Amino acid sequence: MPEKGEILQNSKKASRRSFFNKLWIFLGFVAFIEFISVVGAFLLPQKRRIKTGDFGTVFEAGTAEKFPIDSVTAFVRGRFYLARLEDGGFLALSRKCTHLGCTVPWVSKEKMFVCPCHSSAFDIRGEVTGPPAPRALDIYHVFIENNIVNVDTGKRIKRSEFRAEQVTYPKSV
Amino acid sequence: MNETTKKANSGISGYFHQIFQSIFPEPLIPKSEQERKRYLLKNLILHFRPSTVPVKTLKFSLTWGLGGMAAILVLLQFGTGLLLKFFYEPTPVAAYTSILILQNKVMFGQLIRNMHHWSANLLVLIVFLHMLRVFFTGAFHPPRQFNWIVGLGLFILVLIANFTGYLLPYDQLAYWAVTVSTGMLEYIPGIGALLQEMVRGGSDIGPATLSIFFAIHTAMVPFGLIILMAFHFWRTRKAGGLVIPRAPQEEIKEKPVRVPTQPNLLVREVVTALVLLAFILVFAMVFNAPLESKANPGLSPNPTKAPWYFSGIQEMLMHFHPFFSLFIIPILMMIALLILPYINYESKPSGVWFGSFKGRKTALVAVITAIIATPAGILADEYMIDLAAWMQGVPVSISNGLIPFMIILAGSIGFYALIKRKYSATKNEAIQTLFVLFLVSFIILTATGIWFRGMGMKLMLPF
Repeated sequence: MPEKGEILQNSKKASRRSFFNKLWIFLGFVAFIEFISVVGAFLLPQKRRIKTGDFGTVFEAGTAEKFPIDSVTAFVRGRFYLARLEDGGFLALSRKCTHLGCTVPWVSKEKMFVCPCHSSAFDIRGEVTGPPAPRALDIYHVFIENNIVNVDTGKRIKRSEFRAEQVTYPKSV
Repeated sequence: MNETTKKANSGISGYFHQIFQSIFPEPLIPKSEQERKRYLLKNLILHFRPSTVPVKTLKFSLTWGLGGMAAILVLLQFGTGLLLKFFYEPTPVAAYTSILILQNKVMFGQLIRNMHHWSANLLVLIVFLHMLRVFFTGAFHPPRQFNWIVGLGLFILVLIANFTGYLLPYDQLAYWAVTVSTGMLEYIPGIGALLQEMVRGGSDIGPATLSIFFAIHTAMVPFGLIILMAFHFWRTRKAGGLVIPRAPQEEIKEKPVRVPTQPNLLVREVVTALVLLAFILVFAMVFNAPLESKANPGLSPNPTKAPWYFSGIQEMLMHFHPFFSLFIIPILMMIALLILPYINYESKPSGVWFGSFKGRKTALVAVITAIIATPAGILADEYMIDLAAWMQGVPVSISNGLIPFMIILAGSIGFYALIKRKYSATKNEAIQTLFVLFLVSFIILTATGIWFRGMGMKLMLPF
C-alpha cells in the first residue's frame, strides 16, 4: 500500500490542489481590492448641495456703475473680492491665499492684498508681488447680464498669472 | 471542601467570604517566593509580564520609564477623552459653545479638558524621547527590528491623534492651524489636491472636516492604538524584555541575575505612573488649555502657525520650496527611520548608550556641528542669501529647492565621511552620528518655528 505522502505527491492530485490553492489566493486578492475600492469610494469627498445665496452659487453683485474704477469690494458670504480695474473691467478674486489658504485682506492704503500668515502680497489683479505665494489668486467667472454683475462662485479657476482674457467688461463702453 | 473552609464559610461573614472567593480565587497578596512568581500568570491585567526580570533592567536610567509613561498617558487620554465626549458637539455651529459650556458650567469640566490637552502634548514629547532612548541604547537590533517599525506606527498614530484633536475646539487657533497644515498637502505632486479634498471633506474646512476629524480622533486612532500597543508589548516580551544595560567595554553576561517581577518591577512602575499622574493633575490645575475666539473663516490671525510638533516642517517651508520641504524631505525622513534597524551594521551593541565610547564622542561632535550650522543657516537664508533673486531665469523649485537640497545633501555626506575617517568610526557610530546631526538640526528648526517667528512670520526674539 503506497504511503499517504506518496499518493498526495502524485502529480495529478498535486496540480489540482495547487490550482485551487492559487485560485483561493487570487480570489482573496480580488476581495481585498474590492474592499479597498468600496472604502475608498465611501471616503471620497461629496459634492455638497448648496443653498441659493450661499457660497457655491451665482452671486448678483450689483449694477456695474456701483463699483468705482480701480476699487476692490469685499463680499463676505461669497468669499470673493470684486475688483474693478483701471480700464473698467471686472475681476472676481478668491480670498484664499495661494500659499497655504489663509484669508487675504485688501489693504487699501497699500493698494495690495497682504496675507497675514506669511506676508504674501498680491496686486489688484491678484498677481503675486511678494513671495511665498506660488501663483496668482484664483478667480471666479464674471458675467454681466442686463448691466448686473454676476459672479459664479461654483467653480474656482486656478491660474498661474494674470491674462487679459480673464477680465470681463460691461457692454456699454 | 475541607473542615477549615466549611467553618470559614459559615454564617454571614462566611457568605461574604464566599462571594469574595468567587471573584478572587487566588490570594491577592502573595506571600511565598513561589506565590510571587505565579502571581502574574494568574492576573488578567498583569499576565503579559514575565515572572522574573534581569535585575539590571530595573535601573531607571536605562529607560527613564518613558515607554511606560507613554502607555499611561494613552490610557489617561482614553479616560479624559471619554468624559469629554459626553459634552462635545462635533459641528462648526456648536463645537466652540459646547467647550465653553464644558469649561464654565460643568463641574471639573475645565480640569478634564486641561488634563486632556496637556497629556496630549506631553505624550508627543514622551513618545519622541522614548524613540530616541530606544535608538541610542541600540534596542532596535535583532530580534527587536520589527518592533521599531511597530513603534513608528504608534508614533504616527499619536501625531494623527494630536492633529485631529487640534481642530475640535474650532476656535481661531484650531481653524487656521489646520487650514495651513492641510494647505501644505496641496504641494504633494499628483495626488496632493485630491488628498487635501479627502482630508478636508471638501475644498475648505467645514462641517465635513469636523466630522472626519472627530471620527478619526475618537474611533480610528484609539482602535489603532490598542491593536498596535498590544502588538508592541507582545514583541517586547518575545524579545526577552528590555535590553540589559552595560558599560561599553563590559562583557555580555550569559545568564544575568534575575529577580521576581512582583514586587521589584511592579512597584517601580506603579510609583512612576502615580508620579506622572500627580504631575499632570497639578499642571492641569494650574494651567488652562488655550481657547481663543470662535473660528472666523474671514479673518486669518497674524501669525498663523501650525501646531508645535509640525513647527520643524513649517520652518523648513520658510527656507525651501514646498516640494522639498513638504514632500521630499519628510519622505526621506520617514524612509530613513523605517530602514534604520535593517541597515547592515557591523556590530549590534544593544544595551550600551551610544554603542561605544567613540560613539558618545562623535555624537557630541554632531551636536556641536548642528548647534553652529543650523542657526547660521537659518540666519544666512533669512538675511543674506536669496537664491531665487540671484538666479532669475531658473524656476523657483530649482533655485530655492533642488539647489539648497543638494548643498545640504553634500554637506551631510561630507560630514559622514569626515566622521568615518577622522575618528575611524564604525558604520554604527557614523550612522548614529549622522542621526544626531539631523536630530539636533530638526530640534533647532522646531524651536525656531515655535519661539522665534512672530508677526508676518518674521524672525524675532521671543520677548
